[in-house]
Amino acid sequence: MDLIGIWVAAFLTLCIYSFLYRDNPLYRFAEHLFVGISVGYGIVLSIHQGFLPLAWKPFWEAITFKDPSGLWVIIPIAFGLLFFARLSPKHTWLIRYPIAVLIGYGSGIAIPNVLRANIFEQTRGTLQPFGKMTETIAANGDTIPALSTFEIFGAILMVIGVICTLTYFFFSVEHRGPIKGLSKVGIAFLMIGFGSAFGNTVMGRVALLIQRVDFLMFDWIASFGTIFNSIF
Amino acid sequence: MFSRLVNMDRRYVFILVALAVIIPMLFSVSLPVSISEPTQNLYDYIENLPKGSTIMLAFDYGPSSLAELNPMARALLIQCFRKGVNVVALTLYADGTTLASTLIKEVAEEMNAIDGEDYVFLGFRPGATQVILGMGTEIAGVFETDLSGKPLSEIPMMKDIVNYDQIDLLVDLASSATPDAWIIYANVQYNLKIGAGVTGVMISQMFPYLQTGQLVGLMSGILGAAEYENLVGMPAKGMQWINVESFVHLLVVLLVVIGNIAYFAHRSREET
Repeated sequence: MDLIGIWVAAFLTLCIYSFLYRDNPLYRFAEHLFVGISVGYGIVLSIHQGFLPLAWKPFWEAITFKDPSGLWVIIPIAFGLLFFARLSPKHTWLIRYPIAVLIGYGSGIAIPNVLRANIFEQTRGTLQPFGKMTETIAANGDTIPALSTFEIFGAILMVIGVICTLTYFFFSVEHRGPIKGLSKVGIAFLMIGFGSAFGNTVMGRVALLIQRVDFLMFDWIASFGTIFNSIF
Repeated sequence: MFSRLVNMDRRYVFILVALAVIIPMLFSVSLPVSISEPTQNLYDYIENLPKGSTIMLAFDYGPSSLAELNPMARALLIQCFRKGVNVVALTLYADGTTLASTLIKEVAEEMNAIDGEDYVFLGFRPGATQVILGMGTEIAGVFETDLSGKPLSEIPMMKDIVNYDQIDLLVDLASSATPDAWIIYANVQYNLKIGAGVTGVMISQMFPYLQTGQLVGLMSGILGAAEYENLVGMPAKGMQWINVESFVHLLVVLLVVIGNIAYFAHRSREET
C-alpha cells in the first residue's frame, strides 16, 4: 500500500514539475486533481469535525428529547441557512441578516483586540528601549542593565524607520520639502523590508523543492529496489 | 556573450537549481548552523517549564508547507516528550488534521509517549476566531472529544485542563496569518503566552511581535527547524535540508550578480 502511495505521489510530483519545461496536459491533470481533492477533503472534514458535532448532534438530541438544552442551536442554524437565500432571487434580501450578524460580531470582537495587539503594543515596543538607556532598578529590587551602544543605535534607527515609513503613507499633505525627504527615507526602509521578505520567500520556496527532491531521491528511487527484490 | 546571457532560456536556470539541490544531497554536505536568538528563546522557554506543564501545539498548515513546518513540529514534540511536558495538539486547518495526527503518532511511538497521558490530539474545528476565543472559556466547549471521538472528560491528561489558564505556552506552527489571530485573541484577551514556527514567507511579518514580547520565541522557516533540531540534539531533515539550501542560495546570489552584470553590459553596448 505504501509503495502505491509513493508511486502516485512521485507521478503527481513529476507532473507538476513538468510545467517547468512548458504547460502540458499532465500538469493540468495534477493541478485539477489537487484542487478537487483539497476542496472535497475540506468539505468532508468540515462536516465531520464542525457541522455534525457542533450543530447536528445537539439539534438531533434536542428534537429526540435526549437533551433539550441543545435546542438553542436552532437560532445559529437558522441564521446560517439564510445564506442560501442567495440562490433565490426573490429572497436574496434575507442574506443581509446573517451578514449583519457576522460583521457586527466580527468587528466587535476584532477592533479592541487588534488595536491593542497591533497599535498600542507595537507603539510600546518601539518606545520601550528608550526607558532602558541607563541602568534602572526594577520593582522587585533587581538591577536592569542599561542597553549596549549597539542596542541604543538599533532603538533610534527603529524610531526613525517608523516615523519615515508612516510619513510615506501620510497623504493629507503634499510630499514636498522636509516631508519629501522623510518619505524618501521611508521608501528606503520599505525596500529593505521587501528585500528581507523576498529573501525569506526564496528560502521557503527552495525548501519546498528540496523536500520534493528528497522524496524522489530517497523514497521513490529506493522503491525501485523493493520492486526489483519482490520480482526476482 | 552578454546578449546571449540576457536572452538565455530560463530553463537552464531550472537545471542549475536542480543540480544545486541534487549534488549536495547526494554527497551529504554538512555546514555549521548557528542558533538565532528567537529560536533559542523558544527552546529555553519550554526547557524551563517544570515537568507536567502543558503546552498547546497548533498545526496550522497543510501539505504545501510541510517541508518547513514538519521538521519544527517533530523537534518540538521530541523536546516536550523528553521533558515530560504534556502536549495538547489541534489544528485550525482542515488539511492539517491527517498530517498532524500522523506526525504526532510517529514521534510518540519513537519517544514512548502515551495518547491521553502525555499528549492529546483534538483535531480540527472550523472558524478560527471562534475556536480560539471559545477555548479561552472552556476547551471542552469547542472540542467535546479528541480526534478519535473519546470525550475529553474521559482523558486522564485533560482532567485538570479547563481553559488557557492551565496552558503554559501555545506554539503555533503556521503557514498563514494564524499567529496574528492567536496573538490578537488568545494573548490579548486571555494573556496566553505564545511562540511560533512559521514558513519563510511569513518571517518578516512576525518580527514586530518579537520585539514587543508578544511572541516568546520564533522558528523561522527551514533555518528555524534546523536550529531547533540542533538545540534538541537530534539532527534530522531540517539539518539535512538547510545544508542543501545554502548551496541553492549561493547559486541564486551568483545568478543575481551575473544577471546584473550581463544586463548593464548589454545595455551600455546597445547605447554605444
